[in-house]
Amino acid sequence: MAFALLKYGLGFGKFERQFPKQKDLKDSYDVVIVGGGGHGAATAYYLARDYGITNVAILERGYLGGGNTARNTTIIRSNYLTPEGVAFYDESLSLYKDLSNDFDMNIMYSERGHFTLAHTDAAVRTSRWRAEVNKHLGVDSELVFPNEIKKICPQLNLSEDVRYPVMGALYHPPGAIARHDAVAWGYARGATMRGVELHQKTEVTGIKRSNGKAVGVETTRGTVNAGKIIQCVAGRSSLVAKMAGFKLPIKTVPLQACVSQPLKPFLDAIIVSGSLHVYISQSSRGELVMGGSTDPYGVYQNRSTLEFKEGLMAHMLELFPFLGEVKILRQWAGMADMTPDFSPVMGETPVDNYYIDAGWGTWGFKATPVCGKRNAEMLATGTVPEVLKPFRLSRFEEFHQVGEKGAASVGH
Amino acid sequence: MKILNCPLNGPRNISEFICAGEVEVEPDPNRCSNAEWAEYIFLHDNDAGVVQEWWCHVPTAYWFIVERNNLTDEILRTFPSTEIFTKRQEYSRPDQEAS
Repeated sequence: MAFALLKYGLGFGKFERQFPKQKDLKDSYDVVIVGGGGHGAATAYYLARDYGITNVAILERGYLGGGNTARNTTIIRSNYLTPEGVAFYDESLSLYKDLSNDFDMNIMYSERGHFTLAHTDAAVRTSRWRAEVNKHLGVDSELVFPNEIKKICPQLNLSEDVRYPVMGALYHPPGAIARHDAVAWGYARGATMRGVELHQKTEVTGIKRSNGKAVGVETTRGTVNAGKIIQCVAGRSSLVAKMAGFKLPIKTVPLQACVSQPLKPFLDAIIVSGSLHVYISQSSRGELVMGGSTDPYGVYQNRSTLEFKEGLMAHMLELFPFLGEVKILRQWAGMADMTPDFSPVMGETPVDNYYIDAGWGTWGFKATPVCGKRNAEMLATGTVPEVLKPFRLSRFEEFHQVGEKGAASVGH
Repeated sequence: MKILNCPLNGPRNISEFICAGEVEVEPDPNRCSNAEWAEYIFLHDNDAGVVQEWWCHVPTAYWFIVERNNLTDEILRTFPSTEIFTKRQEYSRPDQEAS
């Protein structure tokens, strides 16, 4: 790194662009991807790599990976509750493990072990349920009790002299964190290397339809025709779907998070408590990454509230009392597209040729690879892959939801 | 701390309230199709801008309507639901013809 800096600084060696220069929009593409975050870039990557479809444009309103891809707390795990959810997220986790090699770029995938704490009998029961579903489907997951937690994570306060003592936990050793920006960059680089066009600062302002079929998009830089369109948006899913002419089962609510000042590495595990609305992990930079629950009411705004910090810190100090003196470095909010059953909305829509990848509340980052891979399969072959079928939009009118109580920030 | 002006209890801390979603016209559950009912229950406009929503003051279980701008997080107006819903909602029985 230092030598490379010196080499380029002194003018030796030619600097290679990570992404090709942005060109003018073409008149038409085989596939137009609305949204240049992790999911959009991943879809383009697998389309180009696995199916050789490279006449593809990613249209991004802001900049690559600048939306909710940059605003999550980067936790990757597959210990969900429903068999549909476990299969889906476990495929994602196994793809994540090879991403650094695939990209030839370090995404800093770091396996830490993941604890979901239970503070009530009901939560212990749900943990056991989740552990059994997970084990049945081949996912490494176990219900553990305070004496075992103490061995793996001695930092955690397991005292009974707190408002909500820890009664047990769901332990998921493959739980990991990764560098979220690198995931978006790696996918976008792999896609653009193979000929996909990434158009940043290009906002989609309308979806052109004819005879119930989506045929193109209007953008701030002109109109383009499209063979197929996929919406890979988070935080504005309902607004984009409205342009295409249908409604989604989504309420958009901010989810706030923050990081502490950097500390020496002391916390290996990822600690989550659904009942206390806390999740915490230490990044490779040493910062504690902390998140809470979604805000009590929806706004389309990244504002910060004192209530969030007060609530989060009060609970966090019960788990880690020695952090009382540690300062908050920065905080932000992402827009969580919450669905009523805490599962995403994937696959076909009421509009032909228009596909969707939406409904990412608190579970979007960890699903990035599987979404990209399966979206690409769906766009290339024209059939919806089995693993996506449970998450179809029409499940709501069939009253066949996938109730995912294993989602983050969901109390049990 | 954000203050919400409850039509019954006056200005109160917003943490005393819950937001229950958009004001919509309820279809007759015994006469509408599954798709219509699912749309009413699950699908939302989820608009950005000025929206009208049901809110409830939890300690007094008082339901009313709030008009607010969700882009600026400003509460524009709060009013009793009788401003919009002027008569009682009647439900037909499943075994009766709709009148």
